[in-house]
Amino acid sequence: MTGSPHIIAQHTSVRSVMLKVLAALIPGTLAHAWYFGPGVWVSLLLCTFFAYTFEALALAMRNQPLKPFLGDGSVLVTAWLLALSLPTLAPWWLYAVGMLFAVLVAKHLYGGLGQNLFNPAMVGYAALIVSFPAYMTQWPAPMDLASHTPDLLEALDLVFAGQGAVSPDAYTAATPLDTLRTQVRAGGDAAAIMLEPVFGHLGARGQEMVALMYLLGGLLLLNYRVIGWHIPTAYLGAVVLTATGLHLLDAGRHADPLFHLMAGGTMLGAFFILTDPVSASATPRGKLIYAGLAGCITVVIRAFGGYPDGVAFSVLLMNMAVPFIDAHTQPKVFGQVGRDRDRP
Amino acid sequence: MLAAVLVMAGLALVLGGVLGWASIRFRVEEDPLVEKIDAILPQTQCGQCGFPGCKPYAEAISKGEADINRCPPGGEEGVRRLAELLGVEPKPLGEGLEHKPKSVAVIDENLCIGCTLCIQACPVDAIVGAAKQMHTVVPELCTGCELCVQPCPVDCIHMEVIKEDVVTWKWRYPVVSIRKTA
Amino acid sequence: MRTGNPPAAGARGRRLYDFPGGVHPEGHKAVSTGRPIAAMPLLPRYVVALRQHIGEPARAVVQIGERVLRGQLIGRPEGYVSVGVHAPTSGRVVAVEPRPVPHPSGLMDLCVVIDADGEDRAVDLAPLDWHRMDPSALRNRLREMGLAGLGGAVFPSFIKLNPGAKRQIPILILNGAECEPWITCDDMLMRERASEILLGAHVMRHMLGAEQVLVGIEDNKPEALACMAEAAAGSDVEVVGVPTVYPGGGGKQLTYTLTGRKTPSKGLTTDVGVQVFNVGTAYSLYRAVYLGEPLVSRVVTVTGHVGSPRNLEVRLGSPISDVIRAAGGELPGATGEVIGGPMMGFDLHDTSAPITKAVNCVLVRNAEHFPPKPAPMPCIRCGECARACPAALQPYELYWYARHRDFGKTQSYSLFDCIECGCCSYVCPSHIPLVDYYRFAKSEIWAREREKQAADLARERHEFRIFRLEREKREKAEKLAKKASERMDSGAVATDDPEAARKKALLAAAIEKAKQAKAGIRPKNVDDLPADKQREIAAIEARRQQLASTAEPSDTRSPTPDS
Repeated sequence: MTGSPHIIAQHTSVRSVMLKVLAALIPGTLAHAWYFGPGVWVSLLLCTFFAYTFEALALAMRNQPLKPFLGDGSVLVTAWLLALSLPTLAPWWLYAVGMLFAVLVAKHLYGGLGQNLFNPAMVGYAALIVSFPAYMTQWPAPMDLASHTPDLLEALDLVFAGQGAVSPDAYTAATPLDTLRTQVRAGGDAAAIMLEPVFGHLGARGQEMVALMYLLGGLLLLNYRVIGWHIPTAYLGAVVLTATGLHLLDAGRHADPLFHLMAGGTMLGAFFILTDPVSASATPRGKLIYAGLAGCITVVIRAFGGYPDGVAFSVLLMNMAVPFIDAHTQPKVFGQVGRDRDRP
Repeated sequence: MLAAVLVMAGLALVLGGVLGWASIRFRVEEDPLVEKIDAILPQTQCGQCGFPGCKPYAEAISKGEADINRCPPGGEEGVRRLAELLGVEPKPLGEGLEHKPKSVAVIDENLCIGCTLCIQACPVDAIVGAAKQMHTVVPELCTGCELCVQPCPVDCIHMEVIKEDVVTWKWRYPVVSIRKTA
Repeated sequence: MRTGNPPAAGARGRRLYDFPGGVHPEGHKAVSTGRPIAAMPLLPRYVVALRQHIGEPARAVVQIGERVLRGQLIGRPEGYVSVGVHAPTSGRVVAVEPRPVPHPSGLMDLCVVIDADGEDRAVDLAPLDWHRMDPSALRNRLREMGLAGLGGAVFPSFIKLNPGAKRQIPILILNGAECEPWITCDDMLMRERASEILLGAHVMRHMLGAEQVLVGIEDNKPEALACMAEAAAGSDVEVVGVPTVYPGGGGKQLTYTLTGRKTPSKGLTTDVGVQVFNVGTAYSLYRAVYLGEPLVSRVVTVTGHVGSPRNLEVRLGSPISDVIRAAGGELPGATGEVIGGPMMGFDLHDTSAPITKAVNCVLVRNAEHFPPKPAPMPCIRCGECARACPAALQPYELYWYARHRDFGKTQSYSLFDCIECGCCSYVCPSHIPLVDYYRFAKSEIWAREREKQAADLARERHEFRIFRLEREKREKAEKLAKKASERMDSGAVATDDPEAARKKALLAAAIEKAKQAKAGIRPKNVDDLPADKQREIAAIEARRQQLASTAEPSDTRSPTPDS
């Protein structure tokens, strides 16, 4: 027995939401391929493959129907996000382990679609960076700085057969975030370090264009009304504020806010990762708190932590706080007078 | 050394004082356990649990003398709520006990001889009538305990299951099966 | 918030307010507005439900075989929240029995079945002298005449027309928003009978003492807006076009849109000095007051997959199958009927059910407009529902708790502020039947409340019974003790008094006899019962014994004590 309403809005489904997210990722992915070589296609393909394999496996083990859940596209989004967060040209099993954690541990151990407390892609990322830090810092250099950029065949070779003919030094380079951190800790001056070519025009060569493309994709999502303005605005605002504060305190050690916006996974995080509705806060005020704190933590980890980027851990930390934030930021219902009700 | 001991002792005193004050200041007045158990029991007063009424059963549960699965009118839901209250595992209804749909007693007024035996049996005084007069059950007050059925010498009382009407009808739990269409 | 300059003719500039949420389902209004309202031809049989309004059902006051006239009271209001029910035509009562009624449960309810005699004679209808009538007498008259809100909630109008001892109702709103898709009965009524509606509103205003009358009409009904504005020209009734947003016709929503006054959560619009009536109710009030006619008919939209979708003036009690036939009948491919609109209506289980005061629309479904709903997916907390909710609730949280039967939590997340408008289910990308979960939770909570009240009553009565039995025991003991002491006083010889001894022996014999008599009472018809029945009886008997031994002084009890 189902009651009213007898009609539902057309063209809305979990699948259509996920497809819009994927569509919005296309500009960033293209930019990624353009600036860092075709390796990203290999990692995308691998992550997708492992994602579907593990998803099907998990669904079968949980005695759930395959068709609706494989078709909903959510696992594809997870795969795509993880692929874009991981260095390309890493060995194939790295992607496998990452997806294993993302799909099996973060998603299905928590009860599958809609039940996960943590962002699956970021759990995969965190598991890898804790377990295999060496691989996670070997990012391909921007094409115009690298002495050699592997083409697609070489990329396949690197991923599946390991580093044979080509020396990693030829195509990898420390990321801007890494470069800055290690050199500042060695006593360098941030402003001077950032004159190096890897920092590009806006803060990170290559990455800055990718970040701008993610921004474009994010604006598309806003336009599609898949995401709201609260999370990206609060997150980017908090990144800028925290970075500005640190920069003003000690410009010799801390980069300017523009660098923090353009480098690493800031834009991807702001529009695609923090906005994952399942693990994000869902109340308007909660979203501001959740994303704002995540922004602070991201910059703090970058400035003082030991990891190459702070996005993943800031997201996971704030994911943990979401039930608490949501319980205490319930909006007033229509016609409610006085203060918010006490919510347990 | 002495300073450390003094500091620790001082801290202990202060914290103890704060905790003590808080426990008095913020004490939550709670019903005694028996009241809470009694509030969950359906008050049929049918005695199927082996106790003469719901309150004695509640007392027995609170003393640990009775199991929580002795109340058929409460059904599985009642057992579940008792288990939740007492922090124990829910269990199925005890042997020989079975949850029946809620009913009311109905007196066949043509057969009633006015012996008042049912009136004495009724635990909630839901039967009206006097000696040698026809009796009748006030359905709003009847708990469906069936205690009046047996005493009747002319067997004129029977139980009628209360049917759903448009007022007591409930929306069912939505049956959502993704598997059905998958 | 926006400053409204409604496009409709005759509407003055008025600041309008945006309520939260809302959706824009396709209207499908033009389907049924092409034909004028037509009166249904007389039917051979009417089935008049006695429960057509919120509150206590009316009590039948006619006997089987009795002849009734149109407008004759056949159901007397019972209790405060109740109104009368009347015969829709002249004829003979052939049955008073449970019949299928339009209700989501599909259950039967008590109805008076009338076979029409075809003469359609009416009782004497006398207009009411509403200007001079005592307000309370006027309200009582309207109660008897069966007036209830025709917008769908069917709340007795006489209660809403009571301004109360202190309450000030400065604003009267006529609700012509009709935000549900497909339904056009209010639209057509406003187009064709605007001045009558306003006459009714005039009476309402008089009864409430309202200073201001606003008519709220969604701006997708320009014809109705124009007609109402024309009829209102020269008076201070303000006809306002409001934006077309579902559920803009909800009482609290329309009140906010027009006045900016937020009805308190769990409160009524009268808490902010506004009373809202459906335009159809105003029209029926006009008929009651100016023509003296009780509520025996209403305008019903019959639309969807029927031959000629239109609005019909239908006598209450007309079987829905006949009403559908009057609108051209169902076309091939019809997949069922909905009572009400697609957003809040319910599936009809039996087309023999009659039209009641609550039925504003009979919507025949087909696969094109009402495709089967896709299978629900898990909630991804996307928040679409929260954005669509006109009560600014968090539907996904309510869903979560309702699904896990955590009814306490659903209430702390304001479940009862939910108006079941269906916006959340409408927008849900996971296609979860959210409103079904809320309805389930609400009816469970109500049922538990009923159970709790019954249990409290039983507890109270049981405790009193124990107290009473104890008191009786004590009184008896005291009497005995008194007697004994009297005997003591009269001297020790008394014990040797042969008379006393004889009396004592007699008494003992009587008690013994009574005891035997009691023990001798054996229920009949138990000898050839099956074994399990015998066991059951034995168990009951044992329980009773136990009860008697703990709660009653069984040894001093006489077989037939006072009761």
